Amino acid sequence: MNFELNIMLLQLKELHVSIKGKEIIHGLNLEVKAGEVHAIMGPNGTGKSTLALAIAGKEGYEITAGEVIFNGLVINEMPPEERARLGIFLGFQYPVEIPGVSLTNFMRTAINEVREYRGLPPMPAGEFLKMMEEKKQLVEIQSKLTNRSVNEGFSGGEKKKNEIFQMAMLEPMLAVLDETDSGLDIDALKIVANGVNMLRRPDNATIVITHYQRLLTYIVPDFVHVIYNGKIVRSGGKELALELEEKGYDWIKKELNV
Amino acid sequence: MKTTLHNGSFKENLLSLYEGNEEYIARNDSAYSSTIRSKGFVHFQNLNLPDRKNELWKNTDLSEVLKNDYIKYLNRAETGQDLNFMFTCEIHNFKTDQVSFLNGWHIKAGSSLPDLPAGVIICSISEAFRFYPDLAEKHYGRYAEAGKDIFLAMNTAFTQDGLFVYVPDNIILEKPVQMISIINHNENLLIQNRNLVILGKNSRMTLVMCDDSTNQQASFNNSVTEVFLDEGSHFEHYKLQNLNNSSTLLNSTWFYQEAGSRLDTYAITLNGGLIRNYSNVKLNGSGADAHINGLYLVDRKQHVDNRVFVEHAVADCTSKELFKGILDDEASAVFNGHVLVKKDAQRTNAYQQNRNILLTDKATVNTRPFLEIYADDVKCSHGATVGQLDSEALFYLRSRGICMASARLLLMYAFAAEVISGMTLQALKDRIDEMIRQRLRGELHICQTCVLHCANQDKEIHFDIDMSKI
Repeated sequence: MNFELNIMLLQLKELHVSIKGKEIIHGLNLEVKAGEVHAIMGPNGTGKSTLALAIAGKEGYEITAGEVIFNGLVINEMPPEERARLGIFLGFQYPVEIPGVSLTNFMRTAINEVREYRGLPPMPAGEFLKMMEEKKQLVEIQSKLTNRSVNEGFSGGEKKKNEIFQMAMLEPMLAVLDETDSGLDIDALKIVANGVNMLRRPDNATIVITHYQRLLTYIVPDFVHVIYNGKIVRSGGKELALELEEKGYDWIKKELNV
Repeated sequence: MKTTLHNGSFKENLLSLYEGNEEYIARNDSAYSSTIRSKGFVHFQNLNLPDRKNELWKNTDLSEVLKNDYIKYLNRAETGQDLNFMFTCEIHNFKTDQVSFLNGWHIKAGSSLPDLPAGVIICSISEAFRFYPDLAEKHYGRYAEAGKDIFLAMNTAFTQDGLFVYVPDNIILEKPVQMISIINHNENLLIQNRNLVILGKNSRMTLVMCDDSTNQQASFNNSVTEVFLDEGSHFEHYKLQNLNNSSTLLNSTWFYQEAGSRLDTYAITLNGGLIRNYSNVKLNGSGADAHINGLYLVDRKQHVDNRVFVEHAVADCTSKELFKGILDDEASAVFNGHVLVKKDAQRTNAYQQNRNILLTDKATVNTRPFLEIYADDVKCSHGATVGQLDSEALFYLRSRGICMASARLLLMYAFAAEVISGMTLQALKDRIDEMIRQRLRGELHICQTCVLHCANQDKEIHFDIDMSKI
């Protein structure tokens, strides 16, 4: 496979997002290139999750102005499944429990629909199961979980590992991981971070959304952005995260004279 | 011999039909069954056809279907037809003892009952009265209370055929018994089967009742089943309903449970014009356990009404009801669950659940779980929900690349599958599972699941029954 390094994967241009008529993101700009890891940090309620869900295309997250450009394509109006098929993956902050749908059936349906979209035949059952086994090991997910209903009765750690497992199965070009570290103990955190690191390639990119610096010890970002009141107010290298950890978000607020 | 029941004078026509032909209708009766019939007729005379002022029929309106004319035959109707018929069930790996009914009459042609264990009896109800009168008379008409229900009274007065099953004490019937009722006729038939199932002490059996239509002709099926479960017996009961949109099926099943017996009953409604399933369960012996389940997947203008009445007459019994439905288009459903816990029925466990998903604004559900408790040491709960598909779950699935249609299908299937998850017969469970999937995809035609191999709806169906064997 030929790929061009440093290809622009995601561009957010003067993005405005509203939920039920209330604007949450007020003109946000961001560029993510292949091979990069970006961290988006910020206090609670400043629009981090809204940004993630708007990129994934959730209904009700209305883009009122600006553009989301993925791989050169404006995807403002695109339904979530098409974004996923193009290679966008959202790791949920609160993964949804789906009683009655087994994880295996869920993943097989997802993979085959993505393949169909790309003009490929359904994945043969043997190949699919082999892939499941491989990817399960990546995040040390227990075998029995894949026969259970999606996320039903999973612990907080299992749910987050399951997100990374799905990411491994779908091999996205851009993964947006929304508070993947929340609710994880240190062991689970290392496993999840290790999974993300293993999936890094020169042709894909990751956006890690987090409140704390802790996760960034394990997933080392190339860029750190601080979001406040629906805008990126600071950008820098990985050292910005350490500075934030040390000084707290009040430091940013003061600097902005809020 | 047949009579037309005209729009507007349905009951009057039936009354005069009975009065003019009582002897002929009762020609195969025993002295006992004839008495039951006469009583049934008196009740039928005295009761009124329900209108919507009747609390139990408030949300199920029969006035439309009674606008049709119906034909009531007093003898077998299929003489003179071109007969070319195959009653072969298409459920893979599903071996059953099969009893076939065509247009309400038991036929030998499609039935297959080899090697039943000693003492087990499976035959038509009229044969039962002729050959096993003691057994039949001990139970027939004892559990269904004709005095209150006009359709039960009507069935009691007019029934001429039905299924009879007897399983002696301590006998386990490994192979399920399958009763296949097919309506295939060029007139609007009124059919009234009456079935009786008797399970001896510690016996066990499975009965699968399949109701199918083979064409789009209207019909009115008013069937009644009585089931006696003696101490320690276990009865598994499946009703599979896949009827055309002009068909009306009213059926009531009266279960009478002695101590330590267990009932699992499922009403699976996949298609039908107007269907009413009434399960009446009397828990009459300590430790009796009843599981009453229903699943309805309806669309267009289909209507399904599930009514359950459970009487906890003694202490230490359990009843569990789970009814789930998915309604599309302008379909409508009713759930009426009534649990009566009598004064002496201490330590009763009774649960009622009715959950519904409405896919459109025009689909409607009327649900009424109802507990009536006179004992003070009981565990009872009831719940009803009516909602849409979970939008968070839909987004989660779509965010992985699954299209809206597939995501909806996955969620609908998952919702429905809970009802069948407890089924023990794997082959049947797989088949019902497949039927549910097809139904949800809109690929299930009424012909497809019926035992006739007529995948093509336009193809004329021929019957080939050797009339001499009937």
